[in-house]
Amino acid sequence: MSGVAIRERAAVETLVEGVLRGERLTLSRAISRVENQEADAAALLTALYPHSGKAHIIGVTGAPGTGKSTLVTALAQSYRSAGMTVGIVAIDPTSPFTGGALLGDRVRMRALAGDVGVFVRSMATRGSLGGLSKTTGDVVTVLDAAGFDRIIVETVGVGQAEVEIASTAHTTLVIEAPGLGDEVQAIKAGILEIADILVVNKADRPGMDRTLRALEMMLDIEGNGARYVRHHGQLLRVESPVESDEEESRWKVIVMKTVATEGIGIDDLRQRIEAHRHWLLDSGEMALREQLRIANTLENIIRAELNRRIASSVPAGSLDALVEQIRRRESDPYSAAAGLLSGI
Amino acid sequence: MSERKIRVLVAKPGLDGHDRGAKVVARMLRDAGFEVIYTGIRQTPQMIAEAALQEDVDVVGLSILSGAHMTLCPKVVELLRAQGQDNVLVVVGGIIPDEDVEKLKAAGIDGVFGPGTSSEEYVNFITSHVRVPA
Repeated sequence: MSGVAIRERAAVETLVEGVLRGERLTLSRAISRVENQEADAAALLTALYPHSGKAHIIGVTGAPGTGKSTLVTALAQSYRSAGMTVGIVAIDPTSPFTGGALLGDRVRMRALAGDVGVFVRSMATRGSLGGLSKTTGDVVTVLDAAGFDRIIVETVGVGQAEVEIASTAHTTLVIEAPGLGDEVQAIKAGILEIADILVVNKADRPGMDRTLRALEMMLDIEGNGARYVRHHGQLLRVESPVESDEEESRWKVIVMKTVATEGIGIDDLRQRIEAHRHWLLDSGEMALREQLRIANTLENIIRAELNRRIASSVPAGSLDALVEQIRRRESDPYSAAAGLLSGI
Repeated sequence: MSERKIRVLVAKPGLDGHDRGAKVVARMLRDAGFEVIYTGIRQTPQMIAEAALQEDVDVVGLSILSGAHMTLCPKVVELLRAQGQDNVLVVVGGIIPDEDVEKLKAAGIDGVFGPGTSSEEYVNFITSHVRVPA
């Protein structure tokens, strides 16, 4: 790199002040630093964390092509018309082969251009498989500290088991579209279980009634109560006190119809999300979900630090030698791993 | 453990809807390991600069076939600089007459690429010119 100017590197304090003052370029650079897990990312997050915890975080997930980006755009517009500011994090997959990514969610978000009450950031998964990227939660913290009222996190187009969003968001929307599967798809374990609100988008398409019926049938089978333990239980292993409470205190998962391209059903959806937020606060579930979220964050930080220590204590090249030994059946992966880890 | 990727915004300013080239380039850059943010067609210079700011990109790639490059491209550079993005690399691809290339460069465009530019040329230009912060 010959003689090109190096962009000046701002100090952590400067970034923090800028983010809190709502400077958009500073916010953007702070997000990069967190996303790239640069050396001072932890210091930055430490300083911003006390200012977070005010935003309501909405997760939007579903299969590719169900209209997530369009729905997120319409929802953000609806929140703007209600006078609230919106931060959006939109995630698309990183290629496992080249490490590159094509982040295309903005194509559907042009209606949000020019509005300073909205901030959209695209992120690549960078190797994570749960539907988010490793640092999505941290980027949400930065946007939260910057003062956005609502933060919408759009996952990659998911299959059946990418449920990580449920431990990041306060309210999780699962987006379906007509004609994607039969009743058996609807009762499979996984993605549908994490929904606080099920949205059937593209409701003007054929097959709408059938999809709606299948989803409602699923909710019937579930009994639509005591869901919390089951739907977050596997994921986070926490007992819910709500379970033993009376019927009214439980959140009833509902199925909503929208046509995001036309804005149909979107204001209703926003009101539903707000109703869910109020239920979370009134029932005490919010504290519980926050606990789960924090436990999850803490676990991720510890795991990342352990990974870093493992990587730094395993000499470069020694892994290759071990792999070769194992290939020749002179060793096996189990004792090789135990040997490596005993030194940490 | 820093995990920095070169981020490139690919946008089509102006009114022509021919986005084939932009999509081909976006894909080439993706395959070269970059994170490409694709915004699609009919973007105003304001929309492009705003997206570049929110996405904190290192490079803005403009694809333009309409002949309006002398108006639109310098405007993008001007807006980027005005919002403090002094070091973002700006490249233009499309149908650009030879006599305009120097004028664009004088207006702050870092590179101009015509039809037939190979993937290697794009990628090498970007990796050798991108101004990555220390």
